[in-house]
Amino acid sequence: MNAGAGGLALGKPLPGRSPGVSARQGRAEIGENLISRYVRPRHIVVLALVLVYPWIATPFFTFQIGAQSLALGLIALSLTFLAGYGGMISLAQMTVAGIAGYMVAIFGTAATDGVSLGWPWWLAVLLGLAIAALAAAFIGWLSVRTEGIYTIMITLAIGVAFYYLVLQNYAVFNGFQGKQKVFPPTLFDIHWRDPLPFYYLTLAWALAGYFFVQYLVRAPFGIALQGIRDNPRRMHALGFNVTAHRVAAYAVAGVLAAVGGVLFTWYNGLVTPGSVGTGWLINILVIAVLGGMRHPTGPFLGAIVFVLLQSFAIDLIDRERFNLVVGGVFLAIVLFSPDGLLGLWAALRSRFASGSRYSNSRGGVR
Amino acid sequence: MKQTTFVRTLVGAAVCAAFAGASHAQQPPVRIGVLATLEGPFALGGQDSMRGADMAVRERNGMAGGRRIEVIKASSNAQPDVAVNATRKLVEQDKVDIVVGPLSGSEGIAVKEYSKTQPNLTFINGSSGAQAATLVNPSPNFFRFNNDGAQAMYGVGKAALDKGYKRVMVIAEDYAFPYSQVQGFMAEFCRLGGKVPVKAWVPLGGKDYSSVIARIPKDIDALLVVLGGADAVNFLSQYEAAGGDKPMIGGSITVGHDVLNHRGKRRDFQLGTIAGSPIADNYEGAAWKVFVAEYRKQFPVSAGGNANPTLFAPLYYTNMKAALDGLDAVKGDLSDGQKNYREALAKLVVKSPTGDIRLDANRHAIVSNFVTEVVKDAQGNLINRVLRKVDNIDQLLGMKREEFKIGTRDEPSCP
Repeated sequence: MNAGAGGLALGKPLPGRSPGVSARQGRAEIGENLISRYVRPRHIVVLALVLVYPWIATPFFTFQIGAQSLALGLIALSLTFLAGYGGMISLAQMTVAGIAGYMVAIFGTAATDGVSLGWPWWLAVLLGLAIAALAAAFIGWLSVRTEGIYTIMITLAIGVAFYYLVLQNYAVFNGFQGKQKVFPPTLFDIHWRDPLPFYYLTLAWALAGYFFVQYLVRAPFGIALQGIRDNPRRMHALGFNVTAHRVAAYAVAGVLAAVGGVLFTWYNGLVTPGSVGTGWLINILVIAVLGGMRHPTGPFLGAIVFVLLQSFAIDLIDRERFNLVVGGVFLAIVLFSPDGLLGLWAALRSRFASGSRYSNSRGGVR
Repeated sequence: MKQTTFVRTLVGAAVCAAFAGASHAQQPPVRIGVLATLEGPFALGGQDSMRGADMAVRERNGMAGGRRIEVIKASSNAQPDVAVNATRKLVEQDKVDIVVGPLSGSEGIAVKEYSKTQPNLTFINGSSGAQAATLVNPSPNFFRFNNDGAQAMYGVGKAALDKGYKRVMVIAEDYAFPYSQVQGFMAEFCRLGGKVPVKAWVPLGGKDYSSVIARIPKDIDALLVVLGGADAVNFLSQYEAAGGDKPMIGGSITVGHDVLNHRGKRRDFQLGTIAGSPIADNYEGAAWKVFVAEYRKQFPVSAGGNANPTLFAPLYYTNMKAALDGLDAVKGDLSDGQKNYREALAKLVVKSPTGDIRLDANRHAIVSNFVTEVVKDAQGNLINRVLRKVDNIDQLLGMKREEFKIGTRDEPSCP
């Protein structure tokens, strides 16, 4: 994925807009003291918590709350990476995820009519990820020359176009019914859709995605991307290929979304036009904004709150009005903390502790 | 998963022990989860579904088989994944014994698949009418005490021929429910000699029907329009505006109240429209009149109810009533993985507002159906009048399993 940056000025001094960027220059420094630099006590606490969680929680909480949040978090992470570090708000991330899901159903096995080639699962998944990444790069290539609201519009248009394509195409996508019974394989005698194995499967990929983004935003490519976010003209003048960087960022985010999309398809056991409808396109944005776009933990926090609300708001209030709670909480969080839950956390810290480490020098934070 | 099985066994044993101890004293309530669409395109139908289910519970003062009934409601938005999430929450988090729902077709198929993973619980449909839910890979613990989409149109084919319609064009939304509706019409219509030269499948939620209207041949006698709610209103206005004059045959959700109340320039255009439906406003059956009176009493228009119950209310009412009748039959005994309860359900004859309903071998309902016609009542309002009631319609529409194919875009065909 450094292809976009390859041959460009990798080792150059970096734009000093984002605080903290200048603290970590070049590759050499990233290599040393990796553990002491990146691993803090709270990381170990969180890691222990997510590993132990399914042994404390009921299968319902493991599967529907835990695994679903992680899969959705991974898709939203791709948007956080694009928007938070690249300044490009794409509404088509769920489309990319849906493409991966559909491809797994088409190349692999699904119980419904239309094309299902029944190829081995690993081939189907690899093809799904590859095609989704290509599609993401294509979406990036289409929308990369636009800014702000226009990026949102063009990616929304692509998302809606894909929705109508799968809704109306019966030969390949099986129309309204979509693809049913798309399940993960049974491997090493483990049924990977049972709550416990599936939770760890999503957890592994969520962690991989998280650390990948953490690494990438400190790597030259990520730093260049943040430079482009802050001042594309200056980066251009410095000799960076702004367009190539942005398209590459879309492709990278596409891979993240595709992995999340395959997991989410397996979680639901199906992929239908409803899975890539406008509702979901916007839900992913809601999750990312809710959690906060300043750090890769944001989308996962957002996903947990989102899934909890979707599942339990109906218990809090009159059954026919529960969407009021969902909307109200979203509104309150965004209103009182423009940086989402992460911003809330940072605000609390700075209130109770003198001087917030958060706002001082976290790498890659706006 | 050995671990989970072990835990489940433990929990199961504990529950059994608790039941054994408690059976002499007060029994714990039976928890019934009701799933309907309180969001999305069928949100209004979902509200009426909940009303229907509530009526069945209130009718017995919240008791069945000597045990108190506790209802836990859940919502989906007509998407299968959302329906399964909501069902899973009802089962695994709220620990219900019985699930009643869901509302729409593809939800029904998805919940049926989920029910296979919970063999010790019982799932009773709400109003969903996809044929495949009970016809393809049926689940031993999924019951449906209501019609599917094809049954709801049975009888209309003959009525159309009686009206002199020999060539009919189909205009329908492009998904499973309209396919089955068209099949229910064509099965009878084609057998009796009718012809369907053109079928136009339009996307759900379409706004522009001009291309379809342009395709309507001159030499047909009528249009079979299987469009729901807003789509039907849009099509009607555009067809009127284009000067269309072919008489209409409606699907079960085409000529609902929203369409009848539509104040088009030529509202009388709809007069004489025949349609098929599992319910009919002006059915004179005693049980139906009681049901409607009770509905209006419990949910007056001032409290948000409809002037007439939509079809979802009686369907959810019937399925909930079946769930409670079954509890009565086994005296509230849900032990042994609800085995006795399911056997009782399979044998049950439910007195629905529109007649007796029993189940076939796939646990799907054998029902009565209405053929209705739009007429003007004394106040000048358009209403659906009952033309004919057809009894004992099974899921295969009188065919043998070998010759019966589930309705699709191309099946059946008689051009």
